[in-house]
Order: sequence, then C-alpha cells, then structure tokens
Amino acid sequence: MTQHTVLFQTHVDAGGRMVDFAGWQMPLHYGSQLEEHHAVRRGAGLFDVSHMCAIDLQGPQAEAFLRGLLANDIGRVADGRAMYSCMLNAQGGVIDDLIVYRRGAEDFRLVVNAGTAEKDIAWIEEQAAEAGLAPQVRRDLGILALQGPQAAALLPQAGLDAALSEAAVALKPFGCVGAGDTLLGRTGYTGEDGFEIIAPLETLPALWQALTAAGAQPCGLGARDTLRLEAGMALYGQDMDETVSPLAAGLGWTVAWEPAERDFVGRAALQAQREAADQPRLVGLVLEDRGVLRAHQVVHTLAGEGEITSGGFAPTLERSIALARIPRAASAEPGSEVEVAVRNRRLRARIVKYPFVRHGQSKLD
Amino acid sequence: MSNIPAELRYTKSHEWVRVDDDGTLTIGITDHAQDALGDLVYVEVPEEGASVEAGEACAVVESVKAASDVYAPVSGKVIEGNPALADAPETINDDAYGAGWMFKLRGSVDGAELMDAAAYEAFVAAEG
Repeated sequence: MTQHTVLFQTHVDAGGRMVDFAGWQMPLHYGSQLEEHHAVRRGAGLFDVSHMCAIDLQGPQAEAFLRGLLANDIGRVADGRAMYSCMLNAQGGVIDDLIVYRRGAEDFRLVVNAGTAEKDIAWIEEQAAEAGLAPQVRRDLGILALQGPQAAALLPQAGLDAALSEAAVALKPFGCVGAGDTLLGRTGYTGEDGFEIIAPLETLPALWQALTAAGAQPCGLGARDTLRLEAGMALYGQDMDETVSPLAAGLGWTVAWEPAERDFVGRAALQAQREAADQPRLVGLVLEDRGVLRAHQVVHTLAGEGEITSGGFAPTLERSIALARIPRAASAEPGSEVEVAVRNRRLRARIVKYPFVRHGQSKLD
Repeated sequence: MSNIPAELRYTKSHEWVRVDDDGTLTIGITDHAQDALGDLVYVEVPEEGASVEAGEACAVVESVKAASDVYAPVSGKVIEGNPALADAPETINDDAYGAGWMFKLRGSVDGAELMDAAAYEAFVAAEG
C-alpha cells in the first residue's frame, strides 16, 4: 500500500522526483540533490518529513513510563526541551531511534521513523498497557523541517501565530515550544540550525507555500541523507537495527547509565556488553583515493574486517566519507589508515572524528 | 522528454555511440541515463590501449545516489578516455552528448545490437 503525505501533489508540481520510501511516495530531489544540499548549508532548505510519525503520551505516569522505555533519560530533561534516544529490545538491539519533546511535566511527544512506525506503535502500546497509559498516534499531524543558517530568519514568514513564531526563534538548540497541537523544536537532522514543525495536516500546505515563497529551497530525501551523513548522524536500518547495540553504532553517548537504579529495557544486556568491552566501534572514514564509499563495502584493518554502514559523496567536502563499523581491536585513532574494497580494487581511507561538517564548516584537519 | 539526437546509435543499457568520419567510435551515456542517475560525482573511464568486449562493463559512473556500470557497446580497442571527467564528472549531467563523452574506441558497429534514435525513444518510453 503506497501512502502519500498531504504535500504529495505539491512535490509533484514542483518537479519532485518521487520514489518509494518505507511505503511512502516521497521526493528524492527536485532537480539537483547537490543544490539542495548546499542550500541547507548556506541558506535554508525545507523538507517534508510527514512520513515520520508523532505519538503523544500524557498523564502522571508518562515520565516514569518513558524512563523505562528509552535508553536515554527524559527525567534529566526540563520541560520545553527535546531529547534524542534509542528504544531498545531486551537484547540491547535498537528497535528505533527517536526524538522525545517534553512539552510539559506530564506531556510528551515522540517522533519515530516511517519504516519502523508500525512496530514501534505496537511495542509502545504493549508496554504502555502494563503501565495503564494510552499513547495517541497522531496521524492527523504532519512534520516539516526548516534547516539552515537562514532558518531563524525565515521562520517568522511561515504564517504561524506571531507569538509562537517569536518564541520558537528564541529557542536554544533542542528547545521546543507549542501552541495547541502545533509544536516547534529547534531540532533537525542536518548539522545546521533549524526547526522541526509538527502541525495539523490541514495547515501544512500553507506553511510549505509561505516558507518556499520566503526563499526556503524544497529539499528531498537525497539531500537529507548527504546532510545527515556529513553531520555524522546515524540512520536507522543502515547504521543500526534490532541486531545492533547502540554501543556498536556510535550511540553510547545517548545511553544514560546514571542513575544506576533506572531500569530501562535493554539495560542488563548493554551493561554486560559494556563490561565485556566486546562491541565493535563505529568510526568516520575519509577516502584518500578517488571514488565513492558506499554502504556494505568491506573495510580492511590490521585487526580484521569491518564494514561501511553509511557512505557516499560529501558535497560540502567534495570527497567521499563514510561511517564504518570496525573490530574493537582495530585502531580507531584519527589518522589510522584502512583499506576499503571497492569493486575490484582496494582504496585507501583514513579514520577521522565525526561529525565531518558542522554549521557549514568542515571539521576535517 | 529527454534529448535523443538523431545522428547517434543507442544501447539498451543507455550508452550512445557516434561513428566519426575516420571510423572512430565515441561513447557516452544518454541524457535519459544521466537524468535517472542524478548529480554525478565520480567517473572512471577505461585506460588507453585496453581491449574491451561488447557488453563488458568497462567504465563506471557514480552519482550522489548510486554506482552504475557503463558497458562497451561493441568490441574494440580503447583510443582514449575523456580526461576531463575525473575533475568534472558533472560535465556528463550538463552535456551528455558533447563534452561529457566518456571514451573512444577503435572497432566496428557492423552487426552490433544498436538502436537508432526512434527505436531508443520507444525503448525508453516502454521502460517507463
């Protein structure tokens, strides 16, 4: 079954090259993926990410429930702030990665990936039933991401309520503010400043129209992927899945170990992995030779083989970069040399710290 | 509607072939192919002097999206690869039939399975 977002026809009319993504017809690009990428690094880009799913959780039990559901600790987050977290299974594998917006002491909104939404909802509902909670799946809401150094300058022209818009522009990174069903977070998936706007479906076309008229470049999933890779952000299904621990996906920083008595799903498994120090590592790679690194290429290190989990051409850096999972015994020191099997050759690559790009600037030496 | 020049011949794998007056064959990928691939970021052309067989993968184009093989339309010997593409792969996006040519072959199109422009246009339309 193919699904369309409320902006489907808008994308087609704008020349969007539509492709299937997790059962949704989404724009890959509107002509040039490279131009869209640069627009986000230098100006402002606008993404329709309404294929992702918002889930609301409310009530006096909601916080305690989320502290058991997620590997990161929403108890450490103030009202009006957002948090990135993995949701784990009992084996410590990643069911999904998501953002929780803490709208109030007893009022939370989760945004989950499109490809995992159905299983996420089933999982959350199953756990919530035990806690006497009823998650609300908000398919009546859509999501836009306005991203880039000009995002804050363009937001006031979106046609949102003036006070809400003003409050959003005043937000710090990972802050959020809402009015009614609409919620704005200073969050994103590009490594730039920007906002994610979660709003009633019927308001989305006017927001899209106003922001593109103000100068935001419509951007497709292609640019979304190159931007997030440059920003060193993991992609579910590629860099991690239910068989991969967050510790093997460069996401150890999102696991809140303290307080030790917080018993979240997957904690025991993660703790055992941590003590055994047996998990492979995710590292950044920059290709020294000519070519393009791609997911699933084999990485040869002095301590055995690893694999690229995400790779591609980095438009900001004008060279190829990748995230790769390598054996724990291999050197993860920046500057270490590895070889990557590309077709019938071995290309030279160097381990680097990621993010590769932040706020428009290369972080490479 | 993609651009399909009448004077060229075409393959089912979306290469074009131009037969020059001296018999040299110039080969590239079609406008339809570059459009489907998206922005090109890396191109590998065959080495001068290499012998290629008809249907052999002998060059590579990589876009922001994916890597794709380019096949030799006929058997022959490589005269030269386009040296400009290493630093400017986007030339193929901008001018697929001109400056974006990929390699030149010494060979013959006699008996080769090539389409004329009308047949290629119908082929592309049928591929949807």
